[in-house]
Amino acid sequence: MTVSVIQFGGSNCDRDAVRALSHLGVDAERVWHADGLPTDTDGIVIPGGFSYGDYLRAGAMAARQPIMGEVREAAADGTPVLGVCNGAQIGCETGLTDGAFTTNRSARFQCEHVHLRIERADTPWTAAYDEGDVIEVPIAHGEGRFEIREDRLDTLEAEDRVLFRYCDADGDATQGANPNGSTANVAGILGARETVAVMMPHPERATLPDIGGTDGQGVLRAFAE
Amino acid sequence: MPLADADRELVEAELGREPTRAEAALFENLWSEHCAYRSSRPLLGAFDSESDDVVVGPGDDAAVVALDDDTYATLGIESHNHPSYVDPFDGAATGVGGIVRDTMSMGAYPIALADSLYFGDFDREHSRYLFEGVVEGISHYGNCIGVPTVAGSVAFNDGYEGNPLVNVACVGLTTPDRLVTATAETPGNKLVLVGNATGRDGLGGASFASEDLAEDAETEDRPAVQVGDPYAEKRLIECNEALVDEGLLVAARDLGAAGLGGASSELVAKGGLGAEIALDRVHQREPEMNAMEILLAESQERMVYEVRPEDTDRVAEVAERFDLGCSVIGEVTDGNYVCTFDGETVVDAPAEYLADGAPMNELPSEAPSQPDRDLPALVAGDDGSTDPDALAEVVEAVVGHPNTASKRWVYRQYDHEVGVRTGVLPGDDAAVMAVREAETESGEPLGLALSSGSEPRWTEAAPYEGARAVALENATNLAAKGATPLAAVDCLNGGNPEKPEVYGDFAAAVDGLAEMCAALSVPVVGGNVSLYNDSVAGPIPPTPTLAVIGKKAGFDAPPAAFAGEGTVLVVGAAGGSLGGSEYLAQAGGSDRFPELPENAPVVVETLAAVADREDTLAVHDVSHGGLAVALAELVTDAAGADVTLDGALALFDETPGRAVIETTDPDGVREAFDGVAPVEAIGETTTDGVLSLTVGGVDLSYDAESIRDLRAVIERELD
Repeated sequence: MTVSVIQFGGSNCDRDAVRALSHLGVDAERVWHADGLPTDTDGIVIPGGFSYGDYLRAGAMAARQPIMGEVREAAADGTPVLGVCNGAQIGCETGLTDGAFTTNRSARFQCEHVHLRIERADTPWTAAYDEGDVIEVPIAHGEGRFEIREDRLDTLEAEDRVLFRYCDADGDATQGANPNGSTANVAGILGARETVAVMMPHPERATLPDIGGTDGQGVLRAFAE
Repeated sequence: MPLADADRELVEAELGREPTRAEAALFENLWSEHCAYRSSRPLLGAFDSESDDVVVGPGDDAAVVALDDDTYATLGIESHNHPSYVDPFDGAATGVGGIVRDTMSMGAYPIALADSLYFGDFDREHSRYLFEGVVEGISHYGNCIGVPTVAGSVAFNDGYEGNPLVNVACVGLTTPDRLVTATAETPGNKLVLVGNATGRDGLGGASFASEDLAEDAETEDRPAVQVGDPYAEKRLIECNEALVDEGLLVAARDLGAAGLGGASSELVAKGGLGAEIALDRVHQREPEMNAMEILLAESQERMVYEVRPEDTDRVAEVAERFDLGCSVIGEVTDGNYVCTFDGETVVDAPAEYLADGAPMNELPSEAPSQPDRDLPALVAGDDGSTDPDALAEVVEAVVGHPNTASKRWVYRQYDHEVGVRTGVLPGDDAAVMAVREAETESGEPLGLALSSGSEPRWTEAAPYEGARAVALENATNLAAKGATPLAAVDCLNGGNPEKPEVYGDFAAAVDGLAEMCAALSVPVVGGNVSLYNDSVAGPIPPTPTLAVIGKKAGFDAPPAAFAGEGTVLVVGAAGGSLGGSEYLAQAGGSDRFPELPENAPVVVETLAAVADREDTLAVHDVSHGGLAVALAELVTDAAGADVTLDGALALFDETPGRAVIETTDPDGVREAFDGVAPVEAIGETTTDGVLSLTVGGVDLSYDAESIRDLRAVIERELD
């Protein structure tokens, strides 16, 4: 599988995503947004960072770049698409996933390690885990608070499209374990198809064994299929 | 601040005529203290900047040190003190931008930042405003450009009330093939300006940074502060990387103090060459800028490159790809440094004279003296009797002081993991970055350790001895994580050098820092000097920030947290006095600064070796706040310690070059330190998460939660 990691102006986790995927034996390359999606793309990562400086709403500018039209088409055709951090914000802005990520409850940037509970293990992104597993993954964001209208949250929950929730070390999704005030402790969700997912935490930062934890490997293994 | 009369006379004699307005402005800025180090250069000869590993020493944008045959690290440090007082958010943000461009201009990719910050008393509203603004500015800029901020220091001291300090260091990686320097090479090559358009921002920043801050600086000097655009910087990083990839750069320099005039004249001066620049060709953001404004504006996110004539089109294409402006503004010559504007010659002066012609200042100085011993009753008595309540009160005051408290509130706002290289995270003695590209001599992957800081209470009490201690403390930070120091850069901050006692303190601090770095065989490969940190509130304490990098095998290190399974040792000799300590700051009194070990290099080397032993479970250096703080920091919910000490002196002595080690093989550690430094067993770790102290017969006990609560003072106050 060849994974295209899309580099917008200002993306800064593009190299990290390529390094993490390469470690898992996945063929990945950075693709400059203006060059368009390569025809041999079998998977897509929208990486973290600050696309266009996020001078507007986080992800708003990138969502309107022409390449995102190609990404939407690929996603509709079943190509796996993962948005991480800024990529998650772009995913919501683009309509690939529902809801929005907005300013943290603390109103400050937060870089720290959090615990996530695996809400379902029957998706490509979570097949490496068991439902209810607790993993430790870093976050690094200023606008990571998941917000969604109540009726649409109900739909999201009813359709079982919440993939990860912030929780404590024991797996309880408490308010104390919710780093940014996200609605229902939501950290990551699925799009219309199970092959599309966005998440605020950084699985690529918890993949390389030589700098610590590897709990995030399972998410990226979706591309190793 | 116009060109001083004495300087004007020199310039007139050199040029054989009156300088033009643009020339006068250029000389004023390039010959300012900030650019020309007129009061400090005579002192800088004290530093030893050479070793077998040094590839590029002082004088370029950043220093370059070999990690192995194929991998180089760059290292630079910069102050952004005055701007951060006037506008803390933008002042600090642009400080980050500047040091990152210094890294890029060596053909390197930035991999780590460290910030050492100094503010007035934490209790003051204005200090908090500056602190919050500076941290937010660094967070905003550093996070956005994707360079992790992994190390640093924060100190609060009333000496910084009118002059906060923001010292930013950056580490980059490059290779022998990719290395670019700021030495122009060949007449006929083009000078190309890439990056943001030039506007009227930051005019006269260099000369503004060379005066005391006036009472009305916050309003009057605002135009001298630049506003950063991290998105442009990120594109510039990528563009620079692409230009280096394609081998298109002959020489490079970033535009900082004194703008285009500074960068371009220094670039050609270093090559013993000249330039012809048409200022009209500079891409501009505002209409009707005059020659002087284009020449001296400190608009951010710009680089000037020397490019072969046949490559200029390709450089323009690459810049275009990253949405950056690009102008071919002139060429390298073997004549004078000449600028034209609107068909007229506005500058025509020898480049070397501009860059290096400023006369040095010989300033009178008064040597500092050390205070006498006058200890508070708590430890003064020889009978060893200690008042339990007073002891508890002072332990809590020291452990809970913002100077020694947790800095999590700060580093949580910095993205410290972007780049997937951070092996040891902030909050420990030193960060360790994974340099997978390089190997140690034994063939293991190379970890690059980084520590940065200075301790104002030390250098305030004893500038010379305190600065020696600063160097030793930074080296000990690396050793505690198993790394041996490789090279350092310094950021020397002082008050108004025209005051003899201020200059005397500053000179002593410079000498002390140089002496200890030389003793440790750590070459000081570059740095920055910032004087005139003086205001109606008085001068700052002499503040020699040192940023040190070191090498180790692998990317992990023993944590600064007890495991609960070993013996607690203190290694290293305590100096036995309390001058400059947080304890005296809280309890009152005075003392001489502690004696440092004479064999510091062997102590550091031995500690680094012991840290990497299998049976070493935890290591944490002893410094600010002494053992009281070091032990408190080592306690976790799952692991505590039972510790017995002779008295308060032992608890609060801050002598650096010491560490607390938890080990399962105390005899092995004793053997390693045999003939090197004393090793004292002070207790055992426990699994109850409680620090139980017996100090001079008095028992004190703190559980992990109460320690966490004491140490959370910054978060508690600001969130």
